[in-house]
Amino acid sequence: MSWLTPMMQDLLIEALGQTLVMVGVSTVLAVALGLPLALLLHVTGPGGLSPRPWLNRPLGLAVNALRSTPFIILMVAIVPFTRLVAGTSIGTGAAIVPLALAATAFLARLFENALREVDPGVVEAAQAMGASRGQIVWKVLVPEALPGLIAAVTVALVSLVGFSAMAGAIGGGGLGDLGIRFGYQRFMPEVMASVVLILILLVQGLQSIGDWLVRRLSHR
Amino acid sequence: MADLRIKRVLISGNPVHATTIMRDIPALQAEDPAIRLAGLSKRFAAGGAVALADVSLEVRSGEIFGIVGRSGAGKSTLVRTVNLLERPDAGAVTVLGQALLGLDAAALRAARRGIGMVFQHFNLHHRRTVAENIAFPLEVAGIPRAERAARIAELLPLVGLEAKRDAYPAQLSGGQKQRVGIARALASRPRILLCDEATSALDPETTAEILALIRDLRDRLQLTVLLITHEMAVVKSICDRVAVMEAGRVIEQGPVLEVFTRPQQPTTRRFVAEVIGHGVPAGTLARLPSARPGEERRLVQVLFLGPHSTRAVISEASREFGIDLDIAAGRIDSIAGEPFGVMALAAYGKAEALEAAFAWMRGLGLVIEEIEA
Repeated sequence: MSWLTPMMQDLLIEALGQTLVMVGVSTVLAVALGLPLALLLHVTGPGGLSPRPWLNRPLGLAVNALRSTPFIILMVAIVPFTRLVAGTSIGTGAAIVPLALAATAFLARLFENALREVDPGVVEAAQAMGASRGQIVWKVLVPEALPGLIAAVTVALVSLVGFSAMAGAIGGGGLGDLGIRFGYQRFMPEVMASVVLILILLVQGLQSIGDWLVRRLSHR
Repeated sequence: MADLRIKRVLISGNPVHATTIMRDIPALQAEDPAIRLAGLSKRFAAGGAVALADVSLEVRSGEIFGIVGRSGAGKSTLVRTVNLLERPDAGAVTVLGQALLGLDAAALRAARRGIGMVFQHFNLHHRRTVAENIAFPLEVAGIPRAERAARIAELLPLVGLEAKRDAYPAQLSGGQKQRVGIARALASRPRILLCDEATSALDPETTAEILALIRDLRDRLQLTVLLITHEMAVVKSICDRVAVMEAGRVIEQGPVLEVFTRPQQPTTRRFVAEVIGHGVPAGTLARLPSARPGEERRLVQVLFLGPHSTRAVISEASREFGIDLDIAAGRIDSIAGEPFGVMALAAYGKAEALEAAFAWMRGLGLVIEEIEA
């Protein structure tokens, strides 16, 4: 363990912190933006509560376009936008912008799928009981889909841990970046191994918490 | 009048009173139908299959009206037009004197609160407990928490689910789920209950329980019930009147006893035969002796209704007309509370004597129908 000098420890802790901030903040943003987007996609979709093809199709196309752009390219392509939002295009804060954007598109689709899993019969029953569209969305769709929505957030968190490894390209730091710079470029396989180990533990932890929440909330 | 009052309440922004007002509408006269469907037509896609073709139907206040038909006959579409879950392409829907098609979205929602609906697959919220499921229509109507709790406390014993208050649907049997569905449908005190194949996902024993519950609730709460089913047995056990649907049309309707005893259409006959049986079982037929020389053997189905079922018609007929009557099949049953018997008879004798005997039996009010052997 001679490589694990106090400086190396500090570097690992700092990188873990950066990863957690990037993943955490961009997930919060992605949930806040992705859920309304998913509801809009679901409600305006064919057979939805109020189908609006003129809105649904362009929205779906935009989400797909974002999702099909490789993250590393997206990160560079939106630099002007990042600078506008974060004030800078370099660093952990700047990395959150493309991460949140990619995660929003990703989550919007996963959320939409979760909403689609809600029994249409329950929605119909709510309509028969005189529920308004707003009541159906907030009292039926979202609560009934909640376990699916949580599962989607878990998947997004795990994917973001992976995406965040690329944030080093714009100086975002984080565990992935540390692994590349020290483990690969400085030939320190121990650093690479410990980075990978920490990432595995992180992902396992997130997945376990997500699964536990889904089980608790399902009542199936 | 009723329309105006409901609208005014909604504008005042307090939907709580909307349901109260629904109850305050003066009681309908006995002759006013609770539900009037007039000239309903519906086609799902342009040029596609016709779901409803000029259907007109009146459901009287306080009765249990059944609509029976095979799947695809349009009965599900029809029941869903009553609360406009399905909008007809043409026609009029009048519920408790209110024309629904002209209502705006808010007034339609208020009207829907006065029409309870029960579904084949229960359609309960999986993440709400029994009590929370029953509370849903009350929440939607903006009724405060304390009032909701009081109403739930009234409804649970009504459907026999006091012990399951905090259970989730996944922990309930099919019959219990449907009881929750019924309690939920009745929560906002509707005067009308729609049942969309409410017992089709249940076993026969549970079906009987749920049907008994629906009839009991109709009597206690003076509900008007419109139910659709593909099972004639359901109609037989609780309906007062029935309509038979085929290919989007009502092909026959009337009081249940009448439709059962004098079915006019081939489809209706097949439905009726499902429940009361028809003809002579093949094995029995082969064992019936053939006619003696100079005599005839005729097979007839005889329906005994009401008091005649107790008269010794068979022995009297053979004595009076000098014929032999052999009972090949038969059962005694009741339809809509009326005793009712059906028998397949093999009659032996001279042609004139047989005709005279059948005429005499018809004169007593029995329904006699020749069976093709």
